[in-house]
Amino acid sequence: MREKILTFIEKNSRIDLKELAILLGVKEETVLRELEAMEEEHIICGYHTLINWEKTGIEKVTAMIEVRVTPQRGMGFDKVAERIYNYPEVESVYLISGGFDFMVTLEGKTLREVSQFVSEKLSPLDSILSTKTNFILKKYKDHGTIMAEPTKDERMKIAP
Amino acid sequence: MRNPLSKTIVEIAPSGIRKFFDIVNEMDDPDVISLGVGEPDFDTPWHIRDEGIYSLEKGRTFYTSNTGLKDLKIEIANYMKRRQNITYDCDHEIIVTVGGSEAIDIAMRAMLDPGDEVLIPQPSYVSYEPCAILANGVPVIIELKAENEFRLTPEELEAAVTPKTKILVLPFPNNPTGSILTRSDLEKIAEIVIKYDLFVLSDEIYAELTYGEEPHVSIASLPGMQVRTILINGFSKAYAMTGWRLGYACGPREIVEQMVKIHQFAIMCAPTTSQYAAVEALKNGDKDVENMRAEYDRRRRYLLHRFREMGLSCFEPRGAFYLFPCVKELGMTSEEFAEKLLAEEKLAVVPGSAFGTGGEGFVRISYAYSLADLRKALDRIERFINRIRTEKE
Repeated sequence: MREKILTFIEKNSRIDLKELAILLGVKEETVLRELEAMEEEHIICGYHTLINWEKTGIEKVTAMIEVRVTPQRGMGFDKVAERIYNYPEVESVYLISGGFDFMVTLEGKTLREVSQFVSEKLSPLDSILSTKTNFILKKYKDHGTIMAEPTKDERMKIAP
Repeated sequence: MRNPLSKTIVEIAPSGIRKFFDIVNEMDDPDVISLGVGEPDFDTPWHIRDEGIYSLEKGRTFYTSNTGLKDLKIEIANYMKRRQNITYDCDHEIIVTVGGSEAIDIAMRAMLDPGDEVLIPQPSYVSYEPCAILANGVPVIIELKAENEFRLTPEELEAAVTPKTKILVLPFPNNPTGSILTRSDLEKIAEIVIKYDLFVLSDEIYAELTYGEEPHVSIASLPGMQVRTILINGFSKAYAMTGWRLGYACGPREIVEQMVKIHQFAIMCAPTTSQYAAVEALKNGDKDVENMRAEYDRRRRYLLHRFREMGLSCFEPRGAFYLFPCVKELGMTSEEFAEKLLAEEKLAVVPGSAFGTGGEGFVRISYAYSLADLRKALDRIERFINRIRTEKE
């Protein structure tokens, strides 16, 4: 049941409870109970909106920063990660296998703002060895959603 | 000048759907929403499309053997074993066709002599009757009943059998009603088929789209039935591949061999690009089918709920992607209903009468549309029905 609910609301969290219950063929109370429980258990961590900022005319710059660090004794990477993710400017922090340690995404109003954050806040942190800032030029797909305009229904209107 | 035309073909009535298609097209109004389409709204899954593209890049643009690519026939045989538990010899018992519709046509041509009767349950897909006529057969219609949820009952079947009956067409899961036959329904039908020495043309194009506890059962999997059944399936509905035009038939070698003759002279082979794509679909497409089925199932529940809320009588369909609500209480024929709904609410649905006897008084509602579209469309139907009811009072 939980998987059914999550699979659906992952793509559309705005659906109302009554309708979700109909779609899944269960009672509204059941859906409500499960949702509340999953919020409680922090399985559901939020209900966000996917925005194509490019089309709004509002300036936004996103960077993906590869960070190499020295893990701290007794804490591994977690303590370093915490020092990074506590900055509100930081959008996401992932521990990565491969050539570097963290992938940090950062959102700012301008290039300058992002690079200032990297040079003044991120890089000087203890245990950070190096950073490599990659600016995103164009977003094609985000959260499983293609950003381009959806294609029109080109099917014939009536078909057997 | 002599009449250039064949009397047989001239006498075949054009499809009832065609007429409605023309009305909708003439309106040419961007505000028209349609629930009249009999094909999936999903794009063909990308990995399948990509395989088609790759085959083009590789220059695989030649004919395949008449019966289809060996790899594809192997995958079809695997699929039949995996999903239906039927064993087919991929070299002699499978033919790849241009859609399921070609398979229907050539199966009838391969099996019928003039005067042989073909039992066709209706409402059903529009091509069985004309195909039977074109194959010199005599179509005999069995009218399916709403009170049986449009299933074919053994009594109805037995009552229609004559000494001339040769083929029973079994169109389940059914377009337009969404009705399915369960294993126990099929067992009773198989008994009669064997008793009267009939053959079955089982159109299972919607086999992957059923929503009950029990997955689709093919009549060919029942004891003694494989030798009497031409099983037709294809890629259009399960994998959202309508435009690729690819289907297949599985059946006894002696019948398939004759079908191959017609196919080789008329068609040569099914489109090569589509065949390569279809290999990928069968190999790695189960998850896609599962996802699409889950989405159809949600929409099905939504529509059923809305119709019941409106108080419109509608049985719960367990297959395909159609609902078949009854509009008799509104005092209109299904054609009048569809035309008025289109004119007043700009919503296109297909009148049940287009699918033959037994469809009158019903309309076919397709849920091969996004939930957002369905919501909008159902609001229009609701408004329409409420208005008609008020007018009637």
